[in-house]
Amino acid sequence: MNNIALNIVLRFVGLVLLQVIICSNINFLGYLNPYVYVIFMFLYPITNNRVLFIFLSFSIGLSIDIFLDSGGVHAAASVAIAYVRPLFLKFSFGAAYEYQAVKFSNTNFSQRVIYFLLLIVIHHAILFSLVVFDKNEGLMVVKQTLYSSAFTLIVCLLLTSLFSKKEL
Amino acid sequence: MQQLFNFFIKNKTFVLFLMLFSCSLFLTIQSNEYHRSKFINSSNQITGSIYGTFHSITQYFNLKKENTLLQEENSNLKAMIYSHEILAAVDSVFEQKYEIQPALVFKNSFALPNNYLTLNKGENDSIKEDYGVITSKGIVGIIDATSSNYSRVMSILNTNSRVNVKLKKTNYFGILGWDGKSPDIVQLKDIQDLVKIAIGDTIVTSGYSSTFPQNIPVGSILSYELNDTEDLYIIEVKLFNDMKNLEHVYIIENIAINELRALNFSDE
Repeated sequence: MNNIALNIVLRFVGLVLLQVIICSNINFLGYLNPYVYVIFMFLYPITNNRVLFIFLSFSIGLSIDIFLDSGGVHAAASVAIAYVRPLFLKFSFGAAYEYQAVKFSNTNFSQRVIYFLLLIVIHHAILFSLVVFDKNEGLMVVKQTLYSSAFTLIVCLLLTSLFSKKEL
Repeated sequence: MQQLFNFFIKNKTFVLFLMLFSCSLFLTIQSNEYHRSKFINSSNQITGSIYGTFHSITQYFNLKKENTLLQEENSNLKAMIYSHEILAAVDSVFEQKYEIQPALVFKNSFALPNNYLTLNKGENDSIKEDYGVITSKGIVGIIDATSSNYSRVMSILNTNSRVNVKLKKTNYFGILGWDGKSPDIVQLKDIQDLVKIAIGDTIVTSGYSSTFPQNIPVGSILSYELNDTEDLYIIEVKLFNDMKNLEHVYIIENIAINELRALNFSDE
């Protein structure tokens, strides 16, 4: 149990640093950045203690906000996907989730892509509609959401396969 | 009452979610209002020192470019000194109105609608709010939050930013803002349609506000058109500064205005 807690703390700190120091300075094509810290919400162990999970998600979002001077946009998006996560776990992994038997390292690739993609799109849609914060700029929100989601998805898949324990 | 508590305990996840979500919405809305966005900012001790540590590494990537920039600026200043040598000797009652401090940019962003920079100077270096920040090429922004060792700058690439500027040729002034789109182009509004303007005209700071001295370069006119009521121009201004790549900046303190404020204060 202690090992898991330590793992979560390390992941928290590591992802925040990775995000603010490297990923937020990529500016691909001038404005695209991957928001890799969402991996924290994806890979958080499936537990019954959802209160702690939601609270931790809020903290990681808020830490990112403090570093990037963005008010509370990341916190809002993170809390939202933390809250809806069980729904998408059930949708993506089906029966295995019901028995709480999902281990991310054992799931097959396509299931994982769908799970990541859906949550990333929701996260980015909330994020960019709050960042832009202008009801006349709907098109820009959609555009940014789509492009950034693709970018984030690729980086997230690379990172998770890089750090997965599965033997090839 | 009992039922109310039971309801909360039963739905504690949802209640927590609502609470935290509205909390972050509140912070977001605050950050979109001018001068109310200081609640959460990156000029605190922890973020400042983390950015500082990594800045000492990334600094090396830009050394070559920064050296050329500084040398360019040096040669400009040298040229100014040599052409004013005689004047300077006569001016014995020289009055210093502005104090200038060098600073390093620890963090910069330009892809969001509201961008901020973090600098390595703070209250310990007597930096305060509303001081102007410039580079050798043009203006960068205005200090809007400080801690003891770090400060945050509201970049001109911020939809809340307003800077008083004028046309160098004709001295007509207007207000410079940003529409949140391209990091190279800002918008100048409130110039009347009677004024003759041309593409390529230089825009400089007006000196009407206490933040920036007069005649600091801003940019040149890229294009212009009339607004809906056809009495004011909307001018697109291309910045002289490359806002995507900032390293060495200068913080301007207006000494005269501090004196003036002190006088006003003692009157009351």
